[in-house]
Order: sequence, then C-alpha cells, then structure tokens
Amino acid sequence: MIDEMTSRSLLSLKSVSKSWKSFRIRDVSLEVRREEYFVVMGPTGAGKTLLLQLIAGIHYPDSGKIILDDVDVTYLPPERRSIGYVPQNYALFPHMSVKDNIGYGLRIRGHPRDEVEKRVRELSDKLRIEHLLERRVSTLSGGEQQRVALARALIIEPKILLLDEPLSALDPETREEVRDYLKEVRRMLGFTAIHVTHDFIEAVDLGDRMAAMFNGEILQVGEPMEIIMNPRNELIASFTGAKNLFKGEVVARRGELAEIDLGGMRVYAATKRSGKVMVAIRPENIVILLEKARISARNILEGVIEEISEKPPYVSLKIDAGLPFTVYLTRNALEDLNLRVGKRVYLAFKASAVSVF
Amino acid sequence: MRRVESLFLTFSILGSIIVLILLIPMIAAFLMTNPIQVGEALMDLEVLNALSTTFTAAAAATVSALLFGTPLAYILARRDFALKNLLESLLNVPLAIPHSVAGILVLLAYHSRSSIGEILSRIGIVVEDSFWGIVLAMLFVSAPIFISSARSGFSMIDETFEHVARTLGAGHFKTFFTITIPLASRSIISGAIVTWARAVSEVGALLIVAPYPKSIALLVIERFEAFGLSAAIPITALLLLIGIVVVLILNYISRR
Repeated sequence: MIDEMTSRSLLSLKSVSKSWKSFRIRDVSLEVRREEYFVVMGPTGAGKTLLLQLIAGIHYPDSGKIILDDVDVTYLPPERRSIGYVPQNYALFPHMSVKDNIGYGLRIRGHPRDEVEKRVRELSDKLRIEHLLERRVSTLSGGEQQRVALARALIIEPKILLLDEPLSALDPETREEVRDYLKEVRRMLGFTAIHVTHDFIEAVDLGDRMAAMFNGEILQVGEPMEIIMNPRNELIASFTGAKNLFKGEVVARRGELAEIDLGGMRVYAATKRSGKVMVAIRPENIVILLEKARISARNILEGVIEEISEKPPYVSLKIDAGLPFTVYLTRNALEDLNLRVGKRVYLAFKASAVSVF
Repeated sequence: MRRVESLFLTFSILGSIIVLILLIPMIAAFLMTNPIQVGEALMDLEVLNALSTTFTAAAAATVSALLFGTPLAYILARRDFALKNLLESLLNVPLAIPHSVAGILVLLAYHSRSSIGEILSRIGIVVEDSFWGIVLAMLFVSAPIFISSARSGFSMIDETFEHVARTLGAGHFKTFFTITIPLASRSIISGAIVTWARAVSEVGALLIVAPYPKSIALLVIERFEAFGLSAAIPITALLLLIGIVVVLILNYISRR
C-alpha cells in the first residue's frame, strides 16, 4: 500500500461540475496519483467521457478546479496541458499515414523532421507497430488502430494518459490480449493513466484504484476488488455486479483452451493465462437447459434453483451449482422452461464466455 | 420477381424520356458545329476578351467565396447561436430569386451613389459596367453554393479528430489547417468548382449590373440576337465543352 503522504497526487479534481448536452458531471472530486492506473467505471451515459474531456480541456467546467502537476489547468486550452487522449473510436487522422499520425504531436510542436522520425521509430519499436508505419489508417484492424492511437498519445510524453473505453470496440476474444498489452506498455513506459470503462473485468485486471461513477457523480473510490466485493450501495452493486466471479487456478491446457479448477468444479476458458486467476461469467451469457443436451457450449454444470427475482428487463435466477451462480433470463424463457425454485437444471456457457484475469 | 422487372421496365421508359430531352440538345449542338468555326471563334478577339473577363471574374468571385465563406461555413457547422437557422435560410435566398432580381439587388446596394458604393468608389471599385461589378454579381448568386457545400463538409468531420489534435499540442488555427481543412477538402474543392461554374453561367444579374465589359454568356445572347442561331453555335459549343469538362472533374473528385 502506497503511503498517502509520500505519494503526491498528479491530478486532482475539486468539486468539478459541468452540464453539456444531455450529460452531467456533478461535484466530482478525485485524486489520481503519480504512475497510477486509475479506472473510472460506470454505465453508458454516466458522464465518463465528459469527465475525460474536462480533464483534457476539450470542455471547461461550469464550476470547480482541475489541478495537474501542481498547476491550475481548469481553463487552460488542451494544447497547453500535455495530456494524451485516446478517444473511444481512436480518431486516427484518416488523411495521414500511420507514421504521420504518430509523429503529429511532435511535428506540430516544431521538432525537427529527423528527430520526429527517430522518436516515432523508437516508440513504434517498443509498441511493436513498426511494421505498420507506412500503412494508411483505413487499412488497420481495430487492434492495430488502438496501438497506433496509443503511440500517437504517448509520443508527446504526456503527464497523464486518458483512455476512453479502449477495449469496447474490440472482439471479446482479443480483449484479454489487449489488457496484457496495456500492462506491458505500462511496465515499459511507466505512465499515469485514467481508463474509462463499463466493464469491471478491466477495472480489476488493470486498475490500481477505481472510481464508480453514476449519473455524473463519483459514488465510491477504492481498490477495484474492494469495491466489487463491498459496494457501498445497491446501485454500485447492481452495476459492478460481482456476479459469477470466482477464484481459480489453471490446471491443464489444450492450445487456447484452459481448464480451470474453481475449488472442486472445473470450467473451460479461452485464455492464455496460467496459475492463479480470477474467473467471471456474465449472467446473460449463461443458458439454462432442462436436460444435459449435446450443445456446442463447452461448459455444462448441474445445479438447483434457489431464488427467482425480477431484474428488469431480465429475470434473475440464483442457482447453486457447487458455487453460487447468477443467471439472467428473459421472462419468456423462464415461462417456456417452466422454472421454479427447487428445480434441477443445467447451466451451459461457452469457453469464450469465461473471462479470465 | 416479375413485378420488380415490370417496374424497372416502366421506369426505364419514363427515365429515357428525360435522358433524351437533356442529351439531344447537347449532341445536336456538337453535330451542328463546324470545328473550323469553333477554331475561328477562338481567334475572335471579342470572344477571347469575353472568355477571359468571364473566367477571371468567376475566379475572383470563387476566391472571395473561399476566403470569406470558409470561415463562415466552419462557424455554421461548429457553433450554435441565436437566429442561426434564419441566417442560413437567408443566405440561400440568392438561389431562390430570378437572377435579374439578384442583379437589381446588387446594383441597388452597391451602385456608386449608394452609401456603400461611395466608399467603394473611393478605393477605385465602381460596380456599374465594371469588372468588379461582374465579380460582385457573380459572388452574390454563387457564394451560397460554396457556403453550403463547405458547411456540410465541415459538419461531416467528427469533432474528435480536432479534439485529439488539440491535446497533441496544436492550437485552434493549427488544428484547423492541418486537420479540419484537409478532411473537408473534397467538399471545399467541389464547392469551389460548382461556385466557379455557376458564376461563369450567370447572365441575368450581369445584364443589370454590368453588361460591359462583355462576359461570354452575354456575348452568346448578343450574337444570337444580331446574327441568328447559327452565329451563336460556335461559342455555344465551346461553353458546352467547358461545362462537360467541369462536370467530369467534379465526378472525378467525388469518386477519389
């Protein structure tokens, strides 16, 4: 645990409020420490992007203060803040090559051409995107675009890096890989970051600390596991949803497929990780079967329904399958299957539905 | 399947009629043109002077539209302000009135005895029967085309590009010139070409504001009235050819 007194905060927001279009930020106060990876987690429309844009200087707050590296930057234009911004759609400049995209921040600051070239090559080498440099932006895959956007933001050696839902545009299959990549880049370059997401897996896997944000307000700040295990109120609990979150250990592997022991029971997951891990299965990704049918899902567990409750637009089932599982179904599915408390059912889910971190 | 086919058959017949109505005059003009006469027209000093007057005045009007219309278009695309919708509608009025009326409006406001015209004449700009009158009349009828083209070009650019450029250290102006303008270039260039072509094609406003120096469209009318249809054909073919080239360039730009 880092000592509060010795670790001075790099960024602090003091009672920041802002209304913009339909979005609101209400009285947000926040401290981000040097070299910290800080995750802001909340549902769509919580104001997460607006919060990043206030920090970047794209919008100015209606009230409150923003202090960056001991300087009041509240009304400083973005070009004088030294902030790296990776927006959700990456926003690579389509009229420039990858190389010119990455070098833009240096060129615009008037660095000489050969220095720009050299630094672009160095950073691209570190981020393993050197082979992309001459490509046109329109030919890049989502993952490649993200790496280029990251390089473009990092080349100016920003005081803080802002990442807006960096994984949401990617296939679920590649997210673990990208999380590992972000960790690796961070180890290499040691930056401070604010990462906005609606996915608690990113928060737990990447974040040193996190803030839970709802309706423009920060409701809880702390270590991700602590917030997920001890949410301060029902709202946070319902969203962070520590549903089907288990500790486990990878005990066997066949190619991309890992067999994970969850303490007596085993699940299969598509992951490259090994050793002790956390496992999460989204409640809406589990299918309920009445019989142990032959279906494509890799994981089939047997359990007993313990509780049925409303969770609009779903119905939520608590099922004891050796471990406590939560499953979301539509009301139609519930009635079609004629499910009741006490009934014995099978839970089926694909290996790719099991997130490992 | 059959019904779709018969629909396309019916529509093809109806569509062909308008294609013919539009294409026959163009083809006929070329068939009836003696290339030697076109060559002679190109040696005719009066034609050459009229062409040069028209093209340079249209170019001056286009440059003015670019210079003052681009900033306006950007503001219209990026900021909301009171009466913005009204302003945008009013800016399109020149496209909705007879061009003779446009000419009257320009003359009324800027003739040399009007209060603005007096100021203009002090710096040597007289509107009546002058090159600058042609430019002003052309600008009045064609600038709205440029403004709306550039505006829609700017509107289509995701503001996030500009935001990122700002965080990377580019100020407002640098961002505008290195990100916004290149991304809107297609709309700006095609808008400028249409604006130029529209300016070249202007007749009505020029008749009122500045029949002299003679512009090419007025020369066509003059030849037609004085010497009949056949006398107007060589210049007509020439202008038609220029029009076709302009359209092909636009087509190329929009496909690029």
